[in-house]
Amino acid sequence: MRWLQNHPKTLESMYGSTKWLIKKMGPMFEKIGNEKVDRWFRKPEEWSKQAMFDCQMCGQCVLHSTGMTCPMTCPKNLRNGPCGGVRQNGHCEVKPDMKCIWVEAFERSTQMGTWGADMMMIQPPVNRQLEGSSAWVNMVTGADQDVPTGWIGLNTITVLPKGIDYPTAK
Amino acid sequence: MEKYTSPAKSAGRLEQILKAGHFAVTSELSPPDSADPAEVYEAANILREVSDGINATDGSGAHCHMSSVGICSLLTRADYAPILQISCRDKNRIAIQGDILGAAAMGVMNILCLTGDDVTAGDQPQAKRVFDLDCIQLLRTARIMRDKGVFLSGRELTTPPKVFLGAAANPFIPPKDWRPLRLAKKIEAGADFIQTQYCYDVPMLVEYMKRVRDMGLHEKVFMLIGVGPLRSHRAAEFMRNNVPGVHIPDSIVDRLKKTPKGKKRAEGNKICTEIIQQVREIEGVDGVHLMAYRQEEAVAQIVADAGLLPRPYTVPEMNPMESDYFAMPAIEASMGKYDTMFKAQA
Ligand code: SF4
Repeated sequence: MRWLQNHPKTLESMYGSTKWLIKKMGPMFEKIGNEKVDRWFRKPEEWSKQAMFDCQMCGQCVLHSTGMTCPMTCPKNLRNGPCGGVRQNGHCEVKPDMKCIWVEAFERSTQMGTWGADMMMIQPPVNRQLEGSSAWVNMVTGADQDVPTGWIGLNTITVLPKGIDYPTAK
Repeated sequence: MEKYTSPAKSAGRLEQILKAGHFAVTSELSPPDSADPAEVYEAANILREVSDGINATDGSGAHCHMSSVGICSLLTRADYAPILQISCRDKNRIAIQGDILGAAAMGVMNILCLTGDDVTAGDQPQAKRVFDLDCIQLLRTARIMRDKGVFLSGRELTTPPKVFLGAAANPFIPPKDWRPLRLAKKIEAGADFIQTQYCYDVPMLVEYMKRVRDMGLHEKVFMLIGVGPLRSHRAAEFMRNNVPGVHIPDSIVDRLKKTPKGKKRAEGNKICTEIIQQVREIEGVDGVHLMAYRQEEAVAQIVADAGLLPRPYTVPEMNPMESDYFAMPAIEASMGKYDTMFKAQA
């Protein structure tokens, strides 16, 4: 299923519809009880996302703003872009046989139609309490959007100056 | 330009020197594998005359040395201007915020926020990697503490740390098109100044700086370009193969290879001096950052050769070890005191 990763546009629309569907199902989750739904969803979510993205179940999915590439597969768990150790061949500092996931994320983000430029978002620190839980349920409850109180109020995206566009692949 | 006129972030010399429009020089102190403060002062006394700020590395290359907070505290006692380096590799957000306050209380006014080399780069690859925050989250956290006067949790600080915030940049590695965008993100997160990775490829830097100027980023942030001498072509090859993120073009390696034995060191220094002179000409470059592991003398020579002396402000040489305030004999004497005390009790 990994070939899908090289079709960021397809993935993006899959993501969009999953999000739409889950949001629609929100009230139903509420009725059944979010905890119960979390238990049901955990495994199927893990399997499908692991097959596609090597998902690490951080519980707060940001795939669409990281070029549909899971940032938690970066050995340093970086969520805001590549480290300073990327090799000249584009491979990872830590795992020389693996392509740096941020090199891939950047390439893919330039091929996305809708959320590509969300790479410029400043991702807040990971809420480690959500690790292992279902990001779908957390999206419905809004738990994945909770940021530390001190974090609130500052810009969450880097705005590019006038006349400069986020790069797109030709 | 915004960067010159923005309100003061710290009371530090580095910020003032940069804002006054001087071409700044910072240098990296090689931390000792020792508990003896004299070794810190020995290196710092050489760098003192030739730089406006002294970086104290935080386990660079994932090798353990004296801690950055410890070194910075020693340096502020001598009135030198240290730059505290914090890497995300070893500490979680709780430890990091505590260190920022502790360092600021010791008089540290500059902090460089780094991701950090991976544990596998060092001699203790068995260690747990932390990376609780990434460097952009770290920058923002420090900025929140300084500007909003609160911890990440929102809990209030009675006195916020007044610090000038730095970040690293590496224009020389993939994904190259992304690098200026990443710089923009770091500025948005809170960076006031940038220190780059070693520059051995000036044309590549020129290209990067052009994109930085196109985005207007040079108006918002002070750019210090990393430079350093190479001892020989072997050292150059070792560095590019083993130090993460260092790019050295073949032309430099070849030039050192062709230099006769015994003259390689001088040639390495000459290359470094030339690079400083070239980067100085690039619009938007505000200074250089010298890194040379355990070669403080070479750094002093290069700064002199590049015509960057005297610095706008130099602190007089001081050895706090000799003052009563911080004397080893006093510590030893007190050790002796307890010794006899406990013996007497037994
Ligand atoms: S090289 Fe890329 S994948 Fe590897 S640690 Fe750095 S950012 Fe992560």
